[in-house]
Amino acid sequence: MEEKKLSPKEIVGKIGLPTIIIAAFLVFILALGHFMGLSVATLLSDTVKRAGMNGILVLAMLPSIQSGTGPNFALPIGVECGLFGIVCAIEFGFTGWGWFFMSILLSIILATAVGYFYGKLLNAVKGSEMTIATYAGFSITAFMCLLWLLIPFKSPNMGWFIGQGLRETIQLDVIGASMILNDFLGFSIGPNFYFPTGMILFFLLFCFLVGAFFKSKHGIAISAVGSSNSFSEASGLNINRNRILANILSTILGAIGIVVYSQSYGYAQLYNAPLTMAFAAVAAILIGGASAQRAKVSHVILGVFLFQGLLTSALPVANRVFAGTDLSEVMRMVIQNGIILYALTQVRKGGKG
Amino acid sequence: MENKSTAVKALTWIGDNLVTLIFLLFTIIGLSVSEVSFSWFLGELTGRLYRNSFLVLSLIIPVIAGLGLNFGIVVGAMAGQIAVVFIRFFELGGISGFLLAVLLSTPLAVLFGWMTGRLYNKTRGQEMIASLIVGYFANGVYQFLFLFVVGVIIKVPANHPLIKPDGIGIRSTVDLGMADKGGLKYALDNIEKIPFTHALILIASAILILQILRFVRNKTAMQMKKNRIMTIINMALCVIVIGIGAYSISAKNSLTVVAKVPVVTVLLIAALCVFTELILKTKLGQDFKAVGQSQRIAEVSGINVDKTRIIAVILSTVLAAWGQVIFLQNVGTLNTYNAHSQVGMFAVASILVGGASTSKATVSQALIGTILFNAMFIMSPEIGQAVFGQALLGEYFRTFMVYGVIGFALGLYVWKANRKSRLTI
Repeated sequence: MEEKKLSPKEIVGKIGLPTIIIAAFLVFILALGHFMGLSVATLLSDTVKRAGMNGILVLAMLPSIQSGTGPNFALPIGVECGLFGIVCAIEFGFTGWGWFFMSILLSIILATAVGYFYGKLLNAVKGSEMTIATYAGFSITAFMCLLWLLIPFKSPNMGWFIGQGLRETIQLDVIGASMILNDFLGFSIGPNFYFPTGMILFFLLFCFLVGAFFKSKHGIAISAVGSSNSFSEASGLNINRNRILANILSTILGAIGIVVYSQSYGYAQLYNAPLTMAFAAVAAILIGGASAQRAKVSHVILGVFLFQGLLTSALPVANRVFAGTDLSEVMRMVIQNGIILYALTQVRKGGKG
Repeated sequence: MENKSTAVKALTWIGDNLVTLIFLLFTIIGLSVSEVSFSWFLGELTGRLYRNSFLVLSLIIPVIAGLGLNFGIVVGAMAGQIAVVFIRFFELGGISGFLLAVLLSTPLAVLFGWMTGRLYNKTRGQEMIASLIVGYFANGVYQFLFLFVVGVIIKVPANHPLIKPDGIGIRSTVDLGMADKGGLKYALDNIEKIPFTHALILIASAILILQILRFVRNKTAMQMKKNRIMTIINMALCVIVIGIGAYSISAKNSLTVVAKVPVVTVLLIAALCVFTELILKTKLGQDFKAVGQSQRIAEVSGINVDKTRIIAVILSTVLAAWGQVIFLQNVGTLNTYNAHSQVGMFAVASILVGGASTSKATVSQALIGTILFNAMFIMSPEIGQAVFGQALLGEYFRTFMVYGVIGFALGLYVWKANRKSRLTI
């Protein structure tokens, strides 16, 4: 076996400069936290938990990026499907694992239907997908606010104590579903580190499934459509159909993602909570090294751990270093939106050839 | 045949103006089902018109230069707010304080506009999403400035009414104080105020005189039947409005209790309208148009495309900064961390309601849009209360309309453009 030696410059090119900068920053923050007397084990434990929570939401970016519609800025559409599944499963009286699987089943059915129409919409607005997707996501979120307020559900676990409509946050521990996936085979190492085995396995399972899908015939077709419209048209691929398929997949992943997220958080957040979820997920996959046009499963895994690690570690460390200020939110805004802007500057002129 | 083509024409017209018509219908329904009085509604609406028009008008130039709708005017609004915080810190108020705020915000806005303009040149074809994200990004930097730099790096006295009690950062709500007591509230609005009915007569007469002048001077343009009919309709409308105004004054009906009109603010808005129209007739304006139509052709004909685009963004950002100062002197309190965040969204929604698109926007679209959008904004909670018994529902509906109208109008436009390009191929 001949081993090629990569020069430092090539390594940077392969991993991507932003990824390396963020990784270095994360290491710096963890080291700083250690010297400030914070428990690094706790920080890492929180990182793993948050990464597992957000993992599938970030994974939802992959199919849409590969199909050439750009990162799925309309993630709230999938998230609302998932939330609707969660709420229905509670209303039907499911608890524990029954609730978990019922939520996922319902949300997959709903997300498939909704994703189809969303895909159709994106095909109608080729060239401006990202802007329209953002506003499609915003609109659906606002529309669902109306629905949450009007829906005639009767379960006492979800309603306000007085008046009509569903609560803003629905507690999941009363139906025995809080952390249900996290605690599956979960174990502790030392006093401060807890590994949510079930949730991480579930995330990796989906990474594997999506990775395998993109090696299959259908997946390769989607990637081909995303990389060159004219080439794929010449080779007889149905561009519109593949783009729809990819966005159905993305919507389904968003829906499953929020179920996993909610059980780990312990609450299902309705109303305006999903509004800005897309931006964090977009930032995560970009930090992992993806571009607005190419993404891999490895980008998802690396990105979600780096970005969530940064967010979870920065808050306690920043509070320790600059007592009396809250810089972690500022840092989140600058890094999250900075990386998206950086990715936009890298989009080839004139979009997809 | 004749009939069919008129029907088709009417349908196309409805399709082209769908968003505007929906909002018009919504306002009319709102007025009929809710129990608000028309004069209260007019007062609210005109108040919002004086304070928001400037911001909405600042969107026109980037659209003409082909940059689409500049959500990044948020950055301009931030420049305005930084200036307002500055004059408030040194307790400068009144009209001189207002002018100083305008003066201070200008170089800041030029700098911010230059930076965002450069960014848009690097994100060609995706300017709108970039401008949206740039607003979020700048918000982070803005919070860094006001929550950390002020207090930790720039030492400030903790007992200042602007500063949080612990001495670090600006308070989240800052009372700007009344203009006559050395504050900023109504610094511009209260210079001169006249009753609504008088203003109605004045404005209608001014438009009537303009129309007559155009009619007399431009004999050739008036040869066209369509133009002539439009001018006559306009003149008739002006006469009717003058009549209504005169009748209200003599009969002292509900129109006379509508809130008074701040003359200087209105004049400034009118000046911006004229400025926008005039700049399009200059060499620079022609360059904007050329770049907006085709960057490649503009480049070939010797226009510096990148520079022209940056100038358009700078102009828009500066106007937005001034607009935000005008907005704040009317509102009278500064929500330090929220006041700017919705500016871009609301302004874009307004101009889209008026019938503008990502490639075409006019002064009248901006003004009509501002009126209709704000009418919806006022009526939504009222309708929610009247029809469903829940004002909250109306507020959620309002948010839905803001996002929905932007998504729908942009989507519809891109869809039409894509279909057209496919037809020509």
